[in-house]
Amino acid sequence: MTQSQGQTRETPLQTIDLRHEFADIGIGDVLDQLDSELIGLKPVKTRIREIASLLLVERIRQKMALANTFPTLHMSFTGNPGTGKTTVALRMAGILHRLGFVRRGHVISVTRDDLVGQYIGHTAPKTKEILKKAMGGVLFIDEAYYLYRPENERDYGQEAIEILLQIMEQQREDLVVILAGYGDRMEKFFQSNPGFRSRIAHHIDFPDYSDAELLWIAETMLQQQNYRFSPEAREAFVRYITVRKAQPLFSNARSIRNALDRIRLRQANRIVAKLDRMLTADDVMSIEAGDVLASRVFSNGTGTDSGR
Amino acid sequence: MRITQGCFSFLPDLTDEQIAAQVQYCLDKGWAVNIEFTDEPHPRNTYWDMWGLPMFDLRDAAGIMKELADCRRVYGDRYIRISGFDSGYGWESVRLSFIVNRPQEEPGFRLDRQESVGRNIRYSTHAYAATRPEGRRYGDQ
Repeated sequence: MTQSQGQTRETPLQTIDLRHEFADIGIGDVLDQLDSELIGLKPVKTRIREIASLLLVERIRQKMALANTFPTLHMSFTGNPGTGKTTVALRMAGILHRLGFVRRGHVISVTRDDLVGQYIGHTAPKTKEILKKAMGGVLFIDEAYYLYRPENERDYGQEAIEILLQIMEQQREDLVVILAGYGDRMEKFFQSNPGFRSRIAHHIDFPDYSDAELLWIAETMLQQQNYRFSPEAREAFVRYITVRKAQPLFSNARSIRNALDRIRLRQANRIVAKLDRMLTADDVMSIEAGDVLASRVFSNGTGTDSGR
Repeated sequence: MRITQGCFSFLPDLTDEQIAAQVQYCLDKGWAVNIEFTDEPHPRNTYWDMWGLPMFDLRDAAGIMKELADCRRVYGDRYIRISGFDSGYGWESVRLSFIVNRPQEEPGFRLDRQESVGRNIRYSTHAYAATRPEGRRYGDQ
């Protein structure tokens, strides 16, 4: 309601300096940051640039009094685990905030547990509470398909879905909902809840990382923590990625991060094993091939718990 | 008789836009905003019923405005007020409170004089609305 009043108060403009408008909002910075900090994800970055351009134009149209409806901004992020959905959602909130499509720009990240109650009459207040907290920002629902459990007809998830759909429609200018989850399960979720699909304007698919990108991610992570691969360790890690990818429960960047955590553990263990010597900074920084090759991924090939 | 209390009592009733702005002020200060209602208009009545739970950790006024709309739909014939509670150390009390809804007709108060010992007079105020049972004091006659 305040949105529409805000529009009528300004007199419509005839011309707008596009460059000035773009610089004024400062989304250029956010987009550049997105490009530089996130490795790979080319299609995602392109889509986000497209959405940002669309919203910029929409904003200008509003200033010129050409647009009178508020655009639907709800999104769905699909992709395998560890492909950066949450990170991009945080950036998206920043972009939407700069463009003025959400008023506060905070992100409330929830899963099924935060929305669905445990007994009759528990779900509605719980869902509404979360929605109220997310007002003026972005509500990020991770693994959204868990909301709908077809095998249990008395499941309270349906109630949460109904409230969610109602608010998504009625208070479009107050909150943006981003659903995230694995591609195939989200597809099923949308099939059984057609109301969601029609209320979501932007579907973004997150591709898996290539081997080269995963290596790049690993090196960036190590660099941030002041570690580095020795040339042999680097080669070993390239092999590690190939082997690990073929194993079950591979979750892209998250698996890489976990692998690095364990590699650091082994490196520390190796250093402490030989107590009688002088250590250099180089010793504690470098990761040797042995640290990588000791991974269970190479030995038994199941790697179920080493993956998570 | 138009009953006034709390903040902005000297102003005409706030519009929804003005209410939202005040609520946003409270939220920006980190106060928890509550909605309360009553149909007992006596000025010394401090026991108002609460609409839902106190709303902590909100960032934007839109959520509260929605609750207010819901409250008005159910208790539109009663007094509704919004209060901002500061949980900060040393305050721990309501920092701001103002009326956001009132009955269409407010019959006002009768002044009772009780002749007491000697030439003393005791005064008491009696709300006309309070003669009717609770829940049926305003609106449907």
